[in-house]
Amino acid sequence: MEHSGKKVGVAILGSGNIGTDLMYKLSKDDRFEVKLVAGIDPESEGLARAKTLGFYTSADGIDAVLETQGVEIVFDATSAGAHKANASRLAGAGIMAIDLTPAKVGPSVVPSVNMDQHQQANNVNLISCAAQATVPIVYAVSRIASVKYAEIVATVSSRSIGPGTRQNIEEFTHTTQQALVDVGGAQLGKALVVINPAEPPINMRNTIYTVIDDDADDEAIKASIAEIVEQVKKYVPGYTITVEPFRRKDHFMIGVEITGAGDYLPKYAGNLDIINAAAIAVARQYVDNRGG
Amino acid sequence: MAKITFVDVTLRDGNHTYRHQFTPEIIGETTKALDAAGVDIIEVGHGDGLGGSCVHVGRAPASDEALIRAATSNVTNSKIAILVVPGFGVFSDLQMAADLGVKVARVATHCTEADTTEQHIRKCRDLGLFTVGYLISMGMATPEKLAEESRKMESYGAQYINLAESQGHLTPKEVAARVQAVRNAVNIPVGFHAHNNLGLAIGNILAAVDEGATFIDGSLKGFGGGAGNAQTEVAIAALKRAGHDVQTDVFGIMDAATVFADLVAPHPMPIIDNNSLLMGYANVYGGYIHPITHAAKEYGCDPRELVLRLGKRKVVAAQEDVVIEEAKKLAALRLDAVQ
Repeated sequence: MEHSGKKVGVAILGSGNIGTDLMYKLSKDDRFEVKLVAGIDPESEGLARAKTLGFYTSADGIDAVLETQGVEIVFDATSAGAHKANASRLAGAGIMAIDLTPAKVGPSVVPSVNMDQHQQANNVNLISCAAQATVPIVYAVSRIASVKYAEIVATVSSRSIGPGTRQNIEEFTHTTQQALVDVGGAQLGKALVVINPAEPPINMRNTIYTVIDDDADDEAIKASIAEIVEQVKKYVPGYTITVEPFRRKDHFMIGVEITGAGDYLPKYAGNLDIINAAAIAVARQYVDNRGG
Repeated sequence: MAKITFVDVTLRDGNHTYRHQFTPEIIGETTKALDAAGVDIIEVGHGDGLGGSCVHVGRAPASDEALIRAATSNVTNSKIAILVVPGFGVFSDLQMAADLGVKVARVATHCTEADTTEQHIRKCRDLGLFTVGYLISMGMATPEKLAEESRKMESYGAQYINLAESQGHLTPKEVAARVQAVRNAVNIPVGFHAHNNLGLAIGNILAAVDEGATFIDGSLKGFGGGAGNAQTEVAIAALKRAGHDVQTDVFGIMDAATVFADLVAPHPMPIIDNNSLLMGYANVYGGYIHPITHAAKEYGCDPRELVLRLGKRKVVAAQEDVVIEEAKKLAALRLDAVQ
């Protein structure tokens, strides 16, 4: 990524799957300088990798972040509970927080849908990987026709789901469901999450159903979906339609698969890829806006 | 001789076979008959449990609340149970169920994913529900793995572990080894849920009970996917014949089976057809019948050979691409042989 001017200092909080993959992604983008990778477990694989790659690391979590000079943006990949505690301290220090947990302190953001509406926010929430994968499609339908009900089934490989998500599966379901309504524009939302233990692991798959009126313009809906898929592909190249939108009685069905970039976890972990790519898209906009 | 708690799952698991179309009337009337027969626990709801009603799997004709109310308002002694799969059912569903008088919650996940059940098991305990850790497709994991996953569920607060042999693949010896491993790993009771693809459902139940399982699942007339579940009325009679202590009355449960069959008539009752037999033999999830038939036709291979290969690869749901991959390999082998 070519970029002129001074690099923006960022820190990664959380050294699990998400934090580690972010570290690889951010180090490929020359707008950003990763000042610190902070976790809470000195033995974690993520911190060990960060050290090997030459980053400053700490096992003192948020305290270490606040003590580090020149951090403008923090990517928080801890847990919902931890981010709720971190949020006010980051805000107090004037640091932009990009929240990858389901804490939902700040507004929910999906880059292809509503990023420009939240340019001033100093804390934004990335909702969940399932929401990043499915909300764009629901939005693409709802901007053409009234969506009475949106339902999504996100299937993720067991290997791509770390302990954090497993222990927050209730929040994961809720926040995804809520985003179908708040960001996707559906009147009612339902999210189903399936953790699939298949070997070799399957790519992240999403099935999206939108219940619409009989007189909705099917061709306009299909065109709208095709357009948004191109938008998402700009920051997640592996975002692919596998079931072309088609009408079945009262609803449209659409299938989407995500092949990850394979930065840290293998390519099947498209779910990690899309939420991290979304986080970086938000950070880039933040930098562009402040003219850095 | 063991004291057995019998769990009838007709009104939940059987809903898969009925395309999730059980009405409050079917649930209410069947519950009355099961209660009169003295069944300990009656599980009700959408086939995929709380929150399962959806476009993807099948929309139920009534809300979870209406289905549960039809059951809880028609029992005198039996306890009503629900199933919940984390990722499908949420806390508010559990709260609703508890408020309506549900006493038992079975928290289910694939047999290798026990750590996705922690939140829901804890929540069920907080609500005062008798809480069960439910491991699906137990025939796809080793005894050691099942022991490890059961220990996790016990640590979250599960009050018994239910092992569901979803493919109907295991023989009595294999069931016994798994029940024994779990019994040795935990300090809570163990339950068993059989499928009948190899005609072994009742025999497997007796083997499980001999190894110390004390909670047993079944469904009336065996109503359930493919070859069906263990047939409740047959299981009750067989357990009694083997000398075990079961409170359910044999004549009463036979009457309940008739009540249920009449309510869903003319829907056929399960039989072991060639497809179900084959899936049980190969240990492959029943939902693959259509993709397998389709791929065999398209690529020109024997669907039965294809199923065996898929069994060897231990496919689980959502691996349709593997079905095609193996179909192509088989077709290529056939072509080689011809040339």
